[in-house]
Amino acid sequence: MSALQRKGWIRWSVFLLLLLPLILLIQRLLNGDLGADPAKFIVKELGYWSLCWLWLTLSVTPARIYLGWRWLTSYRRMFGLFAFFYAVLHLLAFATFLLGWRWDSLITELTKRPYIIVGSLALLCMLPLAITSTKGMQRKLGKDWKRLHSLIYPISILVMLHYTLQIRSDFSQQLIFAVLLVVLLGCRIYRKRRP
Amino acid sequence: MKRYRRIGSPSIQPSEITPEPIYRNRRRFMQAALSMTALPVLGFSSQAGATDYDIAGDLPIYEGPSWLQPKLASAVHNPGYSTEEKLAPYYDAITHNNFYEFGTDKRDPVRHAQGLITDPWQVEISGAVAKPGQYHLEDILAPHALEDRIYRLRCVEAWSMVIPWLGFPLADLIKRFEPTSKAKYVHFTTLEDKEQMPGQSNLFGTITWPYVEGLRIDEAMNPLALLVVGMYGNALPPQNGAPLRLVVPWKYGFKSIKSIVRIHFSETMPQTSWNHIAPDEYGFYANVNPAVDHPRWSQATERRLPSSLFSPNIIDTLPFNGYAEEVADLYKGMDLKQWF
Ligand code: HEM
Repeated sequence: MSALQRKGWIRWSVFLLLLLPLILLIQRLLNGDLGADPAKFIVKELGYWSLCWLWLTLSVTPARIYLGWRWLTSYRRMFGLFAFFYAVLHLLAFATFLLGWRWDSLITELTKRPYIIVGSLALLCMLPLAITSTKGMQRKLGKDWKRLHSLIYPISILVMLHYTLQIRSDFSQQLIFAVLLVVLLGCRIYRKRRP
Repeated sequence: MKRYRRIGSPSIQPSEITPEPIYRNRRRFMQAALSMTALPVLGFSSQAGATDYDIAGDLPIYEGPSWLQPKLASAVHNPGYSTEEKLAPYYDAITHNNFYEFGTDKRDPVRHAQGLITDPWQVEISGAVAKPGQYHLEDILAPHALEDRIYRLRCVEAWSMVIPWLGFPLADLIKRFEPTSKAKYVHFTTLEDKEQMPGQSNLFGTITWPYVEGLRIDEAMNPLALLVVGMYGNALPPQNGAPLRLVVPWKYGFKSIKSIVRIHFSETMPQTSWNHIAPDEYGFYANVNPAVDHPRWSQATERRLPSSLFSPNIIDTLPFNGYAEEVADLYKGMDLKQWF
C-alpha cells in the first residue's frame, strides 16, 4: 500500500467514525429502541454529537501546538463540517419530530425561547463557515478566510450557552464541556499574550 | 457523571429490570375481557370489576408484598374516573420515568431503582392532626378499598401518558387522621436514602433532598387526588414510586410525588422542591395550563406517548389537563397566570 493509499484509508475511517453516532442512532431507531419519546431522544442525541464534533474541531490547533500533532490539521475541515451536519439534522429533527412543522410553533420557539435563539444564532453563524470551507474559497478569501473562520469562537460560546440554558437540575455534563471549552479557548489566549 | 445511553448501550432487558423477574402472561385475561364487549355499551360494562391489563408476557410484573396482593386483586374499576383514551403500553410506563433520586435520564429509574426496599415501609403522619404517628404502610392502607382509575398524566416537560392506577382517595386518608383547623396545607416527603437512591449523591445537581411536594388542603380533599399503590392491575414498580405515591392528574407530573415517607399538615405553604430551585419556572400550584408557557418551552401542546417519529402525536393541552369540571372551582377568583 502506498503512502497515499494509506492516507486515503485513514481518511475514510475518520469519516466513518464521525458518522458512527448517526448510524447507531438510525440502527436503534429501526430496532424501535429509542424509548417512549423517540423525538426528544433524537433531537438531544444529534445536538450532543454536534457539540462533541465542534469541540473536536476546536482542539485541532491546541493539539498541533502543544502535542505536535500536525497531521490532525488536515482533518479539521471534516470535523467542522460534521459539527455543522449534525447541527442541521438537529434543527430538522426538532422542527419535524418535536414541532411537526407547525409554523406558528416554530416561529414562537425561534423568537421566544432564549436557549433556542442562542442555538439558532450559533447555527446561523456556522452556515458561512460551512460554505467557505472549500480549498477554493480558502484561496479566494486569503487573509479574510482566517478572520471569517474565527467566528468559531463566538459560535462555541453560543453553543455552550445553548446547552447551559437547558439545565434543569443536573449540570454535570455542562460542567464537563464548559471546562473543556475554557481549556481550549484559554490556551489560545495564553499563547497570544506571550510575546 | 456518566452520560446515559451513549453509543452501544443496548435496550434494557427484562432481566435488568428485576433481579427475580416474575413473568406472567395476562393475555388470557384480556381475551376474557374482550369477549364481554358484546354487552351493551354503557361505557364501563365491559370493564367494571376487571382490572387486568394487557402486559406483554416477557415484561416483569411487580406483585408487591403478600399483604398487599389481596387488596390489589379486589380492586374495582371506577368508571367515573376513567377515560376512553388509549393507554400507554405498560412497557413505556415502567421505562420512561422522571425520578431524579435514581438519575435524571428517563431510563435511569428503571435501571437503578430495582433494589429499592419497599416493604416494610413506614409513613409518618405529623403536624396539625389529631392522630400523628409513625405508621406501617399496611396499617395506613388497612381500611381503604382500592380503586382502579385511568388518568392522564401530563409532565411539565410537555409529554403525557394515560395510565391505570390502583389507589384510594387522599381525602379518605386525611379524614382518618383528623386534621385540625390549623391544617391549611399538606406536605409530602419522599424517602431520603443515599444508599438506595444514587441520584441523591450527585454533586452536580441543584435539587436538595429529600424531595418535597405539597397541596392546599382543599386540593388534597378533592376526590381526584389519589394515593396510589399500584398500576396496570399490579403493585407499583419502584421506578414509578413504590410503595406509595400521590397522583394529582390536573397538575404537572412533578406534583405527583413518589415513594412517600411523610405526610405533614401545617398552616403554612410548604417550600416544594422544584419551586425552590426555579420559582419562575415551577409554581406551587403547577396546574396544567396551556395558556401559561414554561419559560423555556410551550405548554400549549403535548406529545402523547408513546409517539412515533412521523406521527409525533402532538395534541392540544387542556386546562387542568381536562379535569376542569372537577377542579376549576378550587381556583375561583385566582389569577392563574400569577399563580401558575
Ligand atoms: C436552530 C438551531 C437550534 C435549535 C432550534 C435547537 C434546539 C434544541 C432543542 C429543542 C433541544 C432539546 C432541549 C430539551 O431537552 O428539551 C436542544 C438540545 C441541544 N442542542 Fe440544540 N438547537 C439548535 C442548535 C444547536 C447547535 C448549533 C448545537 C451544537 C453545535 C446544539 C447543541 C445542542 C445540545 C448539546 C443539546 C443538548 C443535548 C442533550 O441534552 O444531551 N444545538 N437543542
